[in-house]
Amino acid sequence: MRLVILDNYDLASEWAAKYICNRIIQFKPGQDRYFTLGLPTGSTPLGCYKKLIEYHKNGHLSFKYVKTFNMDEYVGLPRNHPESYHSYMWNNFFKHIDIDPNNAHILDGNAADLQAECDAFEKKIKEAGGIDLFVGGIGPDGHIAFNEPGSSLVSRTRLKTLAMDTILANAKYFDGDLSKVPTMALTVGVGTVMDARELPAAFFPLNSTPFITLMVMILITGAHKAFALYKAIEEGVNHMWTVSAFQQHPRTIFVCDEDATLELRVKTVKYFKGLMHVHNKLVDPLFSMKDGN
Amino acid sequence: MRGGQGAVEARVLQFTNCRILRGGKLLREDLWVRGGRILDPEKLFFEERRVADERRDCGGRILAPGFIDVQINGGFGVDFSQATEDVGSGVALVARRILSHGVTSFCPTLVTSPPEVYHKVVPQIPVKSGGPHGAGVLGLHLEGPFISREKRGAHPEAHLRSFEANAFQDLLATYGPLDNVRIVTLAPELGHSHEVIRELTTRGICVSLGHSVADLRAAEDAVWSGATFITHLFNAMLPFHHRDPGIVGLLTSDRLPAGRCIFYGMIADGTHTNPAALRIAHRAHPQGLVLVTDAIPALGLGNGRHTLGQQEVEVDGLTAYVAGCSVESALEAASLHPAQLLGLEKSKGTLDFGADADFVVLDDSLHVQATYISGELVWQAEAARQ
Repeated sequence: MRLVILDNYDLASEWAAKYICNRIIQFKPGQDRYFTLGLPTGSTPLGCYKKLIEYHKNGHLSFKYVKTFNMDEYVGLPRNHPESYHSYMWNNFFKHIDIDPNNAHILDGNAADLQAECDAFEKKIKEAGGIDLFVGGIGPDGHIAFNEPGSSLVSRTRLKTLAMDTILANAKYFDGDLSKVPTMALTVGVGTVMDARELPAAFFPLNSTPFITLMVMILITGAHKAFALYKAIEEGVNHMWTVSAFQQHPRTIFVCDEDATLELRVKTVKYFKGLMHVHNKLVDPLFSMKDGN
Repeated sequence: MRGGQGAVEARVLQFTNCRILRGGKLLREDLWVRGGRILDPEKLFFEERRVADERRDCGGRILAPGFIDVQINGGFGVDFSQATEDVGSGVALVARRILSHGVTSFCPTLVTSPPEVYHKVVPQIPVKSGGPHGAGVLGLHLEGPFISREKRGAHPEAHLRSFEANAFQDLLATYGPLDNVRIVTLAPELGHSHEVIRELTTRGICVSLGHSVADLRAAEDAVWSGATFITHLFNAMLPFHHRDPGIVGLLTSDRLPAGRCIFYGMIADGTHTNPAALRIAHRAHPQGLVLVTDAIPALGLGNGRHTLGQQEVEVDGLTAYVAGCSVESALEAASLHPAQLLGLEKSKGTLDFGADADFVVLDDSLHVQATYISGELVWQAEAARQ
């Protein structure tokens, strides 16, 4: 794993956005070659989305040949409810960029047959050739997407009942009224995000790939996430802290701010801070589509 | 053509780089239009999976709902109360000329006239949608003749009337068929006025109190009978008195039907009302303020702008900017509130999804740069033309 530690939230958001930008441009997406991105919601990635929008508005980055797959969506919340993840993605990302609406995939929490919706989502990911870069966050209880403590580490996209921790954490978005918070959600599984099989010889395959996720980037900021980060990377792989599953993915990056490292060993933090000059080569120079890429 | 089967196939227009008036605030948002209506872009993205067919950069300007003038007696040499042979052309001329002032809908107003005039003129001014030809006609505003002699103002005394025993029949005999009528201004202290107010309200016609010596109690009773508007507040009514505020007291009366909002027209040219008085009214009841011109045929002859020596009020054509109230408030007084008065707030006076795409492009001084009706550009300032 790479543990990339930045001083504060804004710098962490910027580093993450630069990383995404560079990976997309380096891939040279085109008509027959789409870059697939897995995307999160919540307060953590907001800064990252803002930076990506800025790169787009300045002409450096286009999402024309990018396909996106969001990790989750509430069940039973109307699509245009201000707290639905559809609304979140529209307001915070899609409406500001040039992505083709046909390529922006989000689970439909109001589908007549929820499991069929989940299966169809898995199929769409497969048809897209797998995810090139899955961007995720971590809950205070160490969950990735809505894979609550106790979720199978080889789970696939499915319906989940939310843990009380998550419902409490979400209450602030629903006027503090617990009864208004959705209790169920559709979510990609840990296995869906992890899905790494045999690695292709070339880092960026040009033709149809086996269904794998090439890179995973987890964004973790804030002191309230520090304990979860500790559990995720300094303890063992454990289904109670589902993000820990990424210890077994060949290419995972954790991007965090100082506060998120508060529960880690000094040794861990020093080691990875010492590697920042290596990590920074991934984002510096920052590529631009204006450079004839 | 608005909506209908053609809507889904119609072009999607996206106005970008602008601030739009929505929910009482100026937001940095794009305005999307299709089939003559304001479109919900999120719905378009997720359900239809479509993007805009055309983008128009608004240069950072303000997009506000088109202005609605509910009291305008004519302009540019046209007098709506004249029973000419071709009333339609006169209305059309005014409708076209007011586009440059950002007015997209209006109520041609007739002052006190003899019945022959109403019988001749009223049928010639039907409700009409706006477009490149001019602002839309929402219906007529008949101001008088059932008003107070004492407060007739400029209305001709000879043609004033009161209600006899068969009050509503009197009104019908005077005006003729009411199909094209939207607002009637009358004085509630006239005998039998309540049955008239009730009957007009039942027919969906807005009753306004004006040119009256009614005290507050009489005015409140009139509101209970259905009145919802006050014609040019302060003018042609008893002055506010601390022991009997008269009609003006409706702004803060606690004896009105629950949930009912009383609207009041203000001619904000700084002459009809002292700006300080205007501000008192606005602070007492900001939700009810409706800006009107009460323009006369002389409007637009010469220089269309009204600039005043007083610093507090600046007027540009049919828009008044009241210092001390926000830009958003002023814009709503010229668009949303008149729409609410007429019960049209779902389709007019708003940039909410589904509303008619009647809007104006304004610079930061609230000068009209362009006017759109049903999403179509119907007027543009010289400087803005390419």
